[in-house]
Amino acid sequence: MGSVKLLKREKANPRENKISVALAGNPNVGKSTLFNSLTGMHRHTGNWAGKTVSVATCDIVWEKKVYSVADIPGTYSLLSHSHEEEVARNYICFGGADVTVVVCDATSLEHSLGLVLQILEVTDRVIVCVNLIDEAERAGIKIDTDALSRALGVPVVPTVARKKGTLKRFLSELDCYSEKKEASTRYSIGYPEKIKYAAYMVEKELLSYETGGVSRFWVALRLIEGDADMNSEIFSNLGIDSCDKEISDAVARAREYLFSSGIDAEGYKDAVVGAIIGDAEAIAKSVTEVNSCDPRRKQRQIDRILTGRLTAFPVMILLLGLVLWITMSLANYPSEALSRLFTYLEGKIVLLFELCNAPDILTEALIYGVYRTLSRVVAVMLPPMAIFFPMFTLLEDSGYLPRVAYNLDRPFAACGACGKQALTMCMGLGCNAVGICGARIIDSKRERLLAILTNSFIPCNGRLPMLVSIIGVGFIIFIGRVPSALLAAALLGFILLSIGGTFLVTLILSKTILAGERSSFTIELPPYRRPEVVRVIFRSLTSRVFSVLCRAVSVAAPMGLIIFVLSSIQIGGASLINHASDFLDPVGRIMGLDGAILLAFILGLPANEIVIPILVMIYTAGGALGADISVSGMADIFINNGWTLMTAVSVAIFSLFHWPCSTSIITVYKETKSKKYTALAALLPTAFGFIICVALNFCFTLFKM
Amino acid sequence: MKEERKLSSLDVGECGLVIRLLADGSMRRRLLDVGIAPGTSVACVGKSPFGDPRAYLVRGCEIAIRRKDAEGIIIE
Repeated sequence: MGSVKLLKREKANPRENKISVALAGNPNVGKSTLFNSLTGMHRHTGNWAGKTVSVATCDIVWEKKVYSVADIPGTYSLLSHSHEEEVARNYICFGGADVTVVVCDATSLEHSLGLVLQILEVTDRVIVCVNLIDEAERAGIKIDTDALSRALGVPVVPTVARKKGTLKRFLSELDCYSEKKEASTRYSIGYPEKIKYAAYMVEKELLSYETGGVSRFWVALRLIEGDADMNSEIFSNLGIDSCDKEISDAVARAREYLFSSGIDAEGYKDAVVGAIIGDAEAIAKSVTEVNSCDPRRKQRQIDRILTGRLTAFPVMILLLGLVLWITMSLANYPSEALSRLFTYLEGKIVLLFELCNAPDILTEALIYGVYRTLSRVVAVMLPPMAIFFPMFTLLEDSGYLPRVAYNLDRPFAACGACGKQALTMCMGLGCNAVGICGARIIDSKRERLLAILTNSFIPCNGRLPMLVSIIGVGFIIFIGRVPSALLAAALLGFILLSIGGTFLVTLILSKTILAGERSSFTIELPPYRRPEVVRVIFRSLTSRVFSVLCRAVSVAAPMGLIIFVLSSIQIGGASLINHASDFLDPVGRIMGLDGAILLAFILGLPANEIVIPILVMIYTAGGALGADISVSGMADIFINNGWTLMTAVSVAIFSLFHWPCSTSIITVYKETKSKKYTALAALLPTAFGFIICVALNFCFTLFKM
Repeated sequence: MKEERKLSSLDVGECGLVIRLLADGSMRRRLLDVGIAPGTSVACVGKSPFGDPRAYLVRGCEIAIRRKDAEGIIIE
């Protein structure tokens, strides 16, 4: 007898037969939580449809058997058409899993049963998991899983996915089931007689085909429906000859029969879906007992505040400010500590190099070039990200983020986009590359592009410290000190400016290059759930740390080398860097900046964290990135190089609106596979920033006169 | 005979029964998938700050639907 605690990912014995298990279900029912609990893998789960866009698989060992578990994207129906749901549908119908586990939400069983019934039509090797039993109990909902099991003809197990202890029963069921060889007497949907008859007509012709466990009746229903995508999948996956005249004749006869009975193509789909929904409703009602008059009362009360006319926006802005403030203030200490650590290590490495009699040039290139850049990126970027993303994930897991999309849908729709873009912008606040990938949650291609192209308008965690420093310098120039409350307010103000810029550019794009149909928008507002704080923090930390380190090494390190080379090569008494900065000066001046600033931004392409260190280096004519300095130290250097308040403002604005970092640009290409859109993604914020800075500088010069 | 109305005319707290869907193509499919079909009872349970989209309770799930799309759902 094994215990769930012994569950671990063992290297499967290659000779052992793996039992393939597919985890299917509606979005938001806790499939991924179940997957995580079963496999111990800390994959990130989200609380809106479309988060899991690839199929994650993992092997688990239980009672000496190896199960290969696949976490399929959430889908509402096997007849859906969005890309993620097609992946799910194909896996469920044609993936040939040994056991299909359908996860349901106990608090909305009726909704979940529709998919269960559809899946039961395809395969009879099904186990139903009624998840979130604890939440249902809290809401006064009781489900009789034994009655449900009798009605459906397959095993039904109640679970609380995040509590491993409750999974024992599920696993024993899985164990028994994989032994069973005979088919169970499963439920058959009560379609109208005419439709059943029409399907039998086609089913007869399919008898000669071996469909590998997929019900021929189901295939017949789909062939009559005639959806092109579904048909091609059926033909290619089930080995049915698409040119088989007998089948196409039977389908034609079936359709004629239906048409003469008053059922046309649309009516057929309606009748099929209607039968499924009707049966799901009846079954759910028969096994559910509701003890409270309004199970969702508490949720509605919370929603009245979070989505209310007068309170929604203040709450959102407050939360945004809170998240920013916590991120920036908490990140200071670890950032400084990391800086000190890296400086200490640097000293040791220099000694090591000396001991090995390494040539000076190597020491300087590797340490003052590569190592310094690397350490700056990590020290500046890592702490804010490690704080921001857990907070973001907590908001996500709790169910609040779909409300943000809901609240902001109207303004976005007015700009030709949809509310989900707000969510990609929130992700972009942490890291623009993550935000760009996150656009996958948007169904319409056009709106997805809008979200992708404008994501870099939102400053990421790499740019936020830079923004904070520049604002600080601005305050010092203006009033000689940095009042922290005003600093926070100014930061929030700049973020709101970047949000405004996003709306504006989205509007312009949707009236010009990306004009098109406004898509239909539905989003599920899931019940509020208590997020698992510890697990979220641990998961976010480990995944973020890893990705930041990877990026630092792959992208910032080479740039460090380039910067070193540029600053070392001397031509005509000045380094290449100084020449470049002089060259760029005229362009910089019309923007209210100067050549050095522009050059720093250009060299900061791989990582915005090094823009300010590069700038300091250029101003102090240093040969390499210097040590970390305070805001007042920065202010001294900048003022000595001609900075005014206007310069600080222009730099702050330009830091919001300039070319995306190289990782973002690459991510845009990966997501869109189009050079045209990638170029546009790079040009849009640049052009916007350029125009604003020039205009601002122009007005300022005019005003001064 | 009960009068026909559009889903978009439902105010918070009101409910109705879906009679037919005017939408076709992918939007119709989407509505059917989330459970909004003839014979389903729906209740309006909330509005967003701008009044659009609104939240509807369908088969135990809260779904947000835009006004434009809700106008294509006939109820009584």
